[in-house]
Amino acid sequence: MTITEDNSATGTDDTIDDAAPVDLGDDSRVRRRDETSAVLRYSEAAAAELDYSDENDRRMMINMGPQHPSTHGVLRLMLELEGETVRRSKPVVGYLHTGMEKTGETLSYLQGPTNVTRMDYAAPLFSELAFSLATEKLLDIEVPERATWIRMLMCELNRMSSHLLFQATNGMDIGAVGMMIYGWREREEVLRLLETITGLRMNHNYIRPGGVAVDLPDGWRDDVLRILDVLPERLDEFDGLLTGQPIWRERLQGVGVVNTAECLALGVTGPLLRSTGYAWDLRQDMPYLAYDEVDFDVLVGSYGDCFDRYAIRLNEIRESMRIVRQILDKMPSGDYRVQDKKVTPPPRARIDESMEALIHHFKIFTEGFKVPEGEVYVAVESPRGELGCYMVSDGGAHPYRMHIRGPSFVNLQVMSHMMQDALVADAVAIISTVDPIMGEVDR
Amino acid sequence: MPRLPLIGDTSRVLDEGIEGLDHNFVTGRLEDLVKWSRARSMWPATFGLACCAIEMMATGAAHYDLSRWGMEVFRASPRQADLMIVAGRVSQKMAPVLRQIYDQMMEPKWVISMGVCASSGGMFNNYAIVQGVDQVVPVDVYAPGCPPGPETLMHAILTLHGKVENGELTRRRAVTGAGAGITVEQRDGQTATQVVLSR
Amino acid sequence: MTDEVEAEAGAADDAAPEAEVETRYGVPITSSRGQTVLHPSREQLLETASALRDDGFIMCIDVTAVDYLEDPVRDLPIGVVPERFELVVGLLSHARRERVRLRVQVPEADPTVPSLFDLYPGSEALERETYDMFGISFDEHPDMTRILMPEDWEGHPLRKDFAVGAIPVQFKNAPGPR
Repeated sequence: MTITEDNSATGTDDTIDDAAPVDLGDDSRVRRRDETSAVLRYSEAAAAELDYSDENDRRMMINMGPQHPSTHGVLRLMLELEGETVRRSKPVVGYLHTGMEKTGETLSYLQGPTNVTRMDYAAPLFSELAFSLATEKLLDIEVPERATWIRMLMCELNRMSSHLLFQATNGMDIGAVGMMIYGWREREEVLRLLETITGLRMNHNYIRPGGVAVDLPDGWRDDVLRILDVLPERLDEFDGLLTGQPIWRERLQGVGVVNTAECLALGVTGPLLRSTGYAWDLRQDMPYLAYDEVDFDVLVGSYGDCFDRYAIRLNEIRESMRIVRQILDKMPSGDYRVQDKKVTPPPRARIDESMEALIHHFKIFTEGFKVPEGEVYVAVESPRGELGCYMVSDGGAHPYRMHIRGPSFVNLQVMSHMMQDALVADAVAIISTVDPIMGEVDR
Repeated sequence: MPRLPLIGDTSRVLDEGIEGLDHNFVTGRLEDLVKWSRARSMWPATFGLACCAIEMMATGAAHYDLSRWGMEVFRASPRQADLMIVAGRVSQKMAPVLRQIYDQMMEPKWVISMGVCASSGGMFNNYAIVQGVDQVVPVDVYAPGCPPGPETLMHAILTLHGKVENGELTRRRAVTGAGAGITVEQRDGQTATQVVLSR
Repeated sequence: MTDEVEAEAGAADDAAPEAEVETRYGVPITSSRGQTVLHPSREQLLETASALRDDGFIMCIDVTAVDYLEDPVRDLPIGVVPERFELVVGLLSHARRERVRLRVQVPEADPTVPSLFDLYPGSEALERETYDMFGISFDEHPDMTRILMPEDWEGHPLRKDFAVGAIPVQFKNAPGPR
């Protein structure tokens, strides 16, 4: 990350040259299995029996969560503390396990997005996108161009609202409680736009197999431009409030350091991986939708610490705005859904006129459309990392197996290693910059 | 007009201030004063679980502002909280934790079940989700929605305040033996999405 | 039958004249909607994953499983014996921008598979989830305990013989007995 003179974090590093071997660091820390590992590998019962009663033993086991004020949902951390320093830790998840993958097997493909959208509830459109792309790949249908561009627009808007949520909660966790209000103020603008387009503020069920649910409303361009006009100034306010501020830097710089090798070994993706200096972004490296037709930078950090992650997410909002501006110019006209009668429900007006339309409507909404046999894995770049959907179809109207690879679930593994030998206050900063969304972790 | 039962005419207070009161002291029944103060500074406990928690935070933020009713302080410690807004789906693993936090709250305490997942299990009728938190804690107000927008949540909160203040809540609790069980209607999308940006 | 499988899978160069099984890294390979899928056996899993890692597949993206109790017919290459469970491992190569998927057959009677932890430490949580949801346990895994369900939960929820657990719902004013 380069910090320019006016103390705003801008600029990017060059992407890593594949040809020249780069030292990615030492990942032995994450491979340890014994007591020296940062991960506390004990079950509840075994942890209760750990004996710290020796008078020279200054350690104790303390529980953080699942109900705690750090607003990251129901994450429980078992911390082995020595004074105020965390020696080992274990994230205990499962407090929000909803059985969504099992429920997904009972829902049709048209109902599927309503289920997966509630996994990553800060960026619901990405889960819907992954599900829809997987279904479309199994169906072997081609989505019209306009639908693809609408999906891209909605996803980038959702990325902006998710990163604004991060700014709000991260600021509040570190202590800049005013950030909570500012971040939400900005997020409300984007949510209002999403409400005009999709009908809901959250959990939109907008991106469906075949395209999107409804076309963009009249006047959407003005609404989007209004946001793009006001947001840059507000983001500069965030920069002024936080980026150059000494207390903010003291709290975040040098805290929670990881290197690239550790992230790659643990399967970590998204801003966490990019904060270590490794430029891997699925939008650029394995493009989906129409990301190869828009111009944007992939932001990387230099130190792999919390400050880099904060700065990357802040600037990703700016990059998303850049992409949205290009989409505004390039949005093609056409269908917003594929016109395949077996997949797309007919328009409501036609149901009164045509018997065939009525039958199709009935079949699609009650039984659901059948998807040919097969299995696929599709991945998109969500604000948290690689969000994948592995779908197995047996030829019926319900997925045989629907698995979502949640980036937060895999990213959580790096948390224990980041927290080793950090203070408890740093642990809060670390959880916050890992930015887990527990709905996606637990599914 | 203040809602405390008063002796004397208070119509000139707005123009003349304290001099506008007929007598310069006000009286009311103790019961009413207690109910009034309970309703006006009901502090919620942080019990955001899933998507509803995001909308709860949005309700507390600047645009919808819970601070108007003295509720912006979300107390992390249940000992200091009066109201538990169960925002989100409660899984089997979380149910004992929910009960523990509820038990640690001091009387008088109220529970709002926010969203359909908390009220009835919502769209997740399966092995993993408790089908309605009223199986674990007594619920006073059910707010429907998936997630209920800030307007619905505010409607639920204000309904609760109103019922606490006029004593209806205690009467209902006596009847049901558990929580009051008031269901409110969804009030989302009431106002057209206006643009309130300013430079 | 098993000898034939081993012979076909192991001897990539001198494949039996009848079997047209394409192999790579010594295991059968198929393509599913344009995506590369390898089919190692349980015994070959570590070796194949290690060969893939040396070849640039540095990231283990996903470890999950599928229970084929209700759909035993599926697209498998000749020589691979279908079992009830299938372990699915997804790997990613950054240098070649390529994904590969490994599908390992796991029998119901003995649902154990070697753990990928030493190759890919990131598979720790994913393998715990697979154990929790399917009951497939991983040898040499550092912490083989449940991760999503409570520790004393019985049963493995994503198995097909584990019911969804839906309770019958009554709607207001619905006709019929209450």
